[in-house]
Amino acid sequence: MKHYSAFAVAREALRYHMGWERAWASPEPKKKYDVIIVGAGGHGLATAYYLGKNFGITNVAILEKGWLGGGNTGRNTTIIRSNYLQDPSAAIYEKSRSLYETLSQDFNYNVMYSPRGVIMLAQTEHEVRGYQRTAHANALQGVTTEFISPQRVKEIVPIINLDGPRYPVLGGLWQARAGTARHDAVAWGYARACSAMGMDIIQKCEVTGISREGSKVTGVTTNRGDIACDKLGLVVAGHSGHLADMAGFRLPIESVALQALVSEPIKPCMDCVVMANTVHGYMSQSDKGEMVIGGGTDGYNNYTQRGSFHHAEETVRALVETFPMVARLKMLRQWGGIVDVTGDRSPILSKTPVEGIFINAGWGTGGFKAIPGSGCGFAELMAKGHSPLCDEFGLDRFYQGRFIDESVAAGVAH
Amino acid sequence: MLILTCPCCGVTGEETEFHQGGEAHLKRFGPGASDDEFHTYMFAKENPKGVHFERWRHNNGCGKWFHAARDTVTLEVYGTYPAQTLEPPKEIRDAITAKRPGWTWREFA
Ligand SMILES: Cc1cc2nc3c(=O)[nH]c(=O)nc-3n(C[C@H](O)[C@H](O)[C@H](O)COP(=O)(O)OP(=O)(O)OC[C@H]3O[C@@H](n4cnc5c(N)ncnc54)[C@H](O)[C@@H]3O)c2cc1C
Ligand SMILES: [Zn+2]
Repeated sequence: MKHYSAFAVAREALRYHMGWERAWASPEPKKKYDVIIVGAGGHGLATAYYLGKNFGITNVAILEKGWLGGGNTGRNTTIIRSNYLQDPSAAIYEKSRSLYETLSQDFNYNVMYSPRGVIMLAQTEHEVRGYQRTAHANALQGVTTEFISPQRVKEIVPIINLDGPRYPVLGGLWQARAGTARHDAVAWGYARACSAMGMDIIQKCEVTGISREGSKVTGVTTNRGDIACDKLGLVVAGHSGHLADMAGFRLPIESVALQALVSEPIKPCMDCVVMANTVHGYMSQSDKGEMVIGGGTDGYNNYTQRGSFHHAEETVRALVETFPMVARLKMLRQWGGIVDVTGDRSPILSKTPVEGIFINAGWGTGGFKAIPGSGCGFAELMAKGHSPLCDEFGLDRFYQGRFIDESVAAGVAH
Repeated sequence: MLILTCPCCGVTGEETEFHQGGEAHLKRFGPGASDDEFHTYMFAKENPKGVHFERWRHNNGCGKWFHAARDTVTLEVYGTYPAQTLEPPKEIRDAITAKRPGWTWREFA
């Protein structure tokens, strides 16, 4: 694998860019691997990367039914923050956010992490109290956030309307080192690093069955033949229930479409991310100048990767009252992804009823921010059988009634 | 956009008139149930990719609950039927079989 650097760019500029090599290989599947990861989204690729980097396990295949990063990883609005309420969440999301700070250097691929700051607006008395509580919890967890005044909000975001027609801005929860990154680059960077370690990333390879001997997994059936493995990681987001069904168990997860949209590109007007949970919408501006907008999930289970029209309408209405200037913008594109939602809005990083099968799922509307941390923890869980980052997120928490309630932090889908 | 017909009042409307109320035909466990039974009832979701049976409420209409058989991939509605039934009626199962031969859903198929 050739090193990317300013020197490499200059060298290629002088020879018509003919010297760039493919970022990852496309091998044929082998008969057997030590570990198979199903799903080449961010979480699957990051899991494979840290299996190799931290535990020396490189006889690994990552199987992807479409193209890598084509699931929610390539469809999300890229907000990265760690201002959650509960201690186990703070631990994994802050670990993740801090890994994002140096991810580009770590695997020599520019993920364009931009710690531009995230504000979550408080627009009701209830929300003010809720976010003050979160700010106090974050202080104890070592996560730097602060509750700021409406005037401070206006200084940071001049285009905001503090006295909207329905809900005035009463303050905000501000995380200055939160921000965004380039979603595709995160998937591509991990993929390139995995391929360089000798792992096989096999695209257009759909898992259609899971084989077991007694209570232990032995491999998978795919459209490209049977492949054996000792350990199997299911990291398929919205398709978790579908894969669990193949393995013979059910999950506390429902799949729904979540959509996003972007406007035509305009000059820079907002250099942070603003989330408005009460009116239900959030917005940031991409490097291309498009306003990136996200809103609500569909009200019923589906796998359509599209989203209901009325949600787009509600989201845009919420943003027009928060930022009146966007009223005159045209929207360019709209799309959806299938998110895997749990009852307590926290992920599942766990062993399963089948020996050798591990599951990393339930990130729902907010797992892009968690990719490096989740990959790190889940790799440890798969390699060693437990991990301090993951142990609280086991499937057994439902059985035990030990929920990690993040319904407030997950407020508006993000 | 999802279009449903309420079997209680006969009105056909689009999804903003209704509210989905989760999986249908759950077997409830009363006092004395084991932890396993309760856990399955409470948390083990069907969440199928394909044929699904759900509870819906006509909340911006007559306000009543009913059942719907629906496809989570195509959004096709195979039929709606009264809430006071323990399993989907034969005509609805036949309609599904005609479209999706070999479908399964927990104990019905
Ligand atoms: C519109 C939208 C906006 C979002 N905004 C944010 C945000 O701002 N911030 C944030 O933190 N999170 C956000 N999220 C959530 C985030 O995108 C997800 O939590 C995260 O990307 C999940 O990553 P993943 O790797 O688990 O899943 P995915 O990226 O979906 O990867 C799973 C992969 O598994 C593959 N797969 C499925 N079934 C099979 C099979 N049978 N065989 C082989 N492969 C299979 C799929 O093709 C897919 O590529 C958003 C999501 C959406 C949809
Ligand atoms: Zn009705």
